Amino acid sequence: MNALLNTLRGNVRQYGMIIALAAIVILFQITTDGVLLKPLNVSNLVVQNAQILILAIGMVIVIVARHIDLSVGSVAAFVGAASAIMMTQYDFPWWLAVFLGLLIGAAIGAWHGFWVAYVGIPAFIVTLASMLLFRGLTLVVLKGATVGGLPEEFKAIGNGFLPEIGPDTGFHNLTLLIAVAAVGVLIFLEVRRRNAQTAYNFEVLSFPLFVVKLALLSIVIMYFAYLLADARGLPIVGLILAGLIVIYTFIMNKTVFGRHVYAIGGNVDAATMSGVNTKRVDFLVMTNMGLLAGLAGLVTTARLTAANPKAGVNFELDAIAAAFIGGAAVTGGVGTVIGAIIGGLVMGILNNGMSLLGVSIDWQQAIKGLVLLLAVAFDVWNKRRTAGSGGAGAEAAEPSAPPPDKLAEEIEAMEAELSVDSDDPPKT
Amino acid sequence: MTLRQAQDIASPILEMRGITKEFPGVKALADVNLVVNRGDIHAICGENGAGKSTLMKVLSGVYPHGTYSGDIVFEGETAKFGNIRQSESAGIVIIHQELALIPELSIAENIFLGNETAKRGVIDWGRANREAIDLLARVGLRENPLTPVKNLGIGKQQLVEIAKALSKEVKLLILDEPTAALNDDDSQHLLALLKGLKEKGITSIMISHKLNEIEQIADEITIIRDGQSIETLSVANGGVDEDRIIRGMVGRDLENRFPDHTPSIGDILFQVRDWTVMHPQDSHREVIRQANLSVRAGEIVGVAGMMGAGRTELARSIFGRSYGSRTSGTLVLDGEELHLSTVTQAIDAGIAYVSEDRKGLGLNLIDDIKTSVTAAALKKLRSGLVVDEHKEVVVAEGYRKNLNIKAPSITAGVGKLSGGNQQKVVLSKWMYTDPKLLILDEPTRGIDVGAKYEIYGIIQELARSGRGVLVISSELPELLGLCDRIYTLAEGVITHEFDRSEATQESLMRYMTADARK
Repeated sequence: MNALLNTLRGNVRQYGMIIALAAIVILFQITTDGVLLKPLNVSNLVVQNAQILILAIGMVIVIVARHIDLSVGSVAAFVGAASAIMMTQYDFPWWLAVFLGLLIGAAIGAWHGFWVAYVGIPAFIVTLASMLLFRGLTLVVLKGATVGGLPEEFKAIGNGFLPEIGPDTGFHNLTLLIAVAAVGVLIFLEVRRRNAQTAYNFEVLSFPLFVVKLALLSIVIMYFAYLLADARGLPIVGLILAGLIVIYTFIMNKTVFGRHVYAIGGNVDAATMSGVNTKRVDFLVMTNMGLLAGLAGLVTTARLTAANPKAGVNFELDAIAAAFIGGAAVTGGVGTVIGAIIGGLVMGILNNGMSLLGVSIDWQQAIKGLVLLLAVAFDVWNKRRTAGSGGAGAEAAEPSAPPPDKLAEEIEAMEAELSVDSDDPPKT
Repeated sequence: MTLRQAQDIASPILEMRGITKEFPGVKALADVNLVVNRGDIHAICGENGAGKSTLMKVLSGVYPHGTYSGDIVFEGETAKFGNIRQSESAGIVIIHQELALIPELSIAENIFLGNETAKRGVIDWGRANREAIDLLARVGLRENPLTPVKNLGIGKQQLVEIAKALSKEVKLLILDEPTAALNDDDSQHLLALLKGLKEKGITSIMISHKLNEIEQIADEITIIRDGQSIETLSVANGGVDEDRIIRGMVGRDLENRFPDHTPSIGDILFQVRDWTVMHPQDSHREVIRQANLSVRAGEIVGVAGMMGAGRTELARSIFGRSYGSRTSGTLVLDGEELHLSTVTQAIDAGIAYVSEDRKGLGLNLIDDIKTSVTAAALKKLRSGLVVDEHKEVVVAEGYRKNLNIKAPSITAGVGKLSGGNQQKVVLSKWMYTDPKLLILDEPTRGIDVGAKYEIYGIIQELARSGRGVLVISSELPELLGLCDRIYTLAEGVITHEFDRSEATQESLMRYMTADARK
């Protein structure tokens, strides 16, 4: 029990938002008499929030790199409009329009990246300008009207579901299979990570707790899949989203590029002096945001089955709120893709739950505003609380764990390689 | 002398009794006692992490009454400060190591910030500026009070801080490392000023690592070690010298402040020829003029210069032109001419630069030890698309063990380490890039005596392994103890080259202050 409390205390920042999300789910599940988690509603939740979650992934990376992007709503609208025009007026095949749409998004992102990284204009200004610019261009492209009549294949990106396979079980088989596979991969990765950390003598969850954590995660995934399978199966946009979460989590956690993003967000000068090409990183981060804004625009247009000049209004604010609710720091250097997704889900479920309860849009806005403020306030309070435990000399009080035996040999081998004692002068 | 005055002199102005301050899991102060006599300059010495700053934060109300145990008696009354404002109104003013001035505001605005001479919310600038002139005169600073603080050098900014303290009717002035960032001239000026204030009845507490200054100025010295007050030495009684203070601080005799080292010097490894660097904003101002220097393999070469002589600028311009504009001249490393325009190229060529600004340029303070150690050589850890985290752990553990970095684990945040351990992390980071030449800019700034010794050892081992080391330092004894050869730099010009055997503090100082541009 104590161990559990300690673990929770040490990871309030990580678990806090998950607990908040669970609390909100339970709250609405009760107050809506179980409508919230009805299969069809869960399916709708995914489809309706996908574009914000896609944007939140890009936005949290931008925020970690200490920037902001206010233009994503307008860029999404513009890309949606441009692709709709391509398909309806120029009869481009849907796949070409999608490809060109993504390209336009990336190009707009590169435009931002150029001004931010190479000219040195704050991203706030650059993207504020683009917010106006592309909202205007959207109106120009659409001539102020809604453009519909899009191909079915294109609309499926926003509204479609995975095809069914196998016998009729009353559930969507493929969805369940994917979920089982996902749980398998998750368990494999978590066990591998835990083994590695134990080998390094890092602090890990006690084994029972670890099992509980994995069991809970698996149950949540399977239950979620069960709900989707009971309705229409996994939405295509859900699959896209899952793919993006995996890819971007990988990029941010495992690659050199991800390291560099966190490094420039934490201390840009120190990163520069460590040889990080900070301009290139800034450029790529902004370009990527444009790409994802383009994707969000395509998804939105497909879901609404038409390009609309008012599409994507306030998307940027929802995406930014998602990133901050999910634990990103305004000062940069802190934030995770998963956190942003959880933040986006908190917002999405609040919207959905309040709508089910018949709360008017005006009140929904007001409540979401307060939730954002409280979430960040909690984060600040939590940071201040944990900061108090340090102070000069704090490290002296804690024993320094020796490297475990298994590692000792490797370290010695490394030492021999790196040793400053070695007698050989540098190669001349 | 009246009876009242006699009593004042006899009674201490401040007594801290049995101060104990705990953080979760750490006892930062354990039963610390401090008695400061009225009108004295009282120095507090101790290694980094010994608890000096914590003690001063207790005294000034940063840690409010109730969060520590023990008593503070100030001016004969038990003080229970709830915040800094309360301690300031009692007459205790603390000047922190990092100056708390606002660069864009004027001297007068800074002096009266938070303490404005206002009538119904409207500031009387005429009066404020007049008073500012008086205050500036008291600290011997002849500047227009309307000058923005950012236009002043760091030494003058320090004086503005003291003027600000005087404006608050200070009775007890606390200075945390007041001369750490100052050159010798400014330091001497500041110390003279403190003596002047003492004659006017202002008591000072001074925290400093510069023992020669303490010896020169302090009446009493309290030594703190591992959160405990060890002893209070009275300078007037004699017998107090640097070695005596160091003995108290480290709890052992420190016979040699430098580890034994027999240099084995090889061929010329690195050369700088006709190196001229212009100021980044003003491309007609020469910051470095026609500099020539060389470093041999296995050699530790020092660069001595006053603050503003261009030492850091020289180093950073070499390090991938990370400073300056219109840089001209030649760099030769290992017989090959280098054409560097970015830091990345410099690192790839085999140059490492350990900055004087550890927190600003050296570390990402929200990172942990292992990511910090590998930050400059991530490409060595890349396998395919990903960073090899296993190898990263091995590398970081290796350095932690080798360099004796004191931390619970390599996942500990670098922001919470002491200065010495942070510096070891920075050194690890650069050692892992496997450089041929290391440029160390103030490698022991703000680091306690014990850790300094270890860092000297690391530097010597780097040289022993055949690397070239260029050390920039404000502390001449450090250069004399460490270096095989020393260049002096004045006004951006290399004025002389000394062999270890011929250099003394006096001779170095003469060339550091030479009129180089006549």
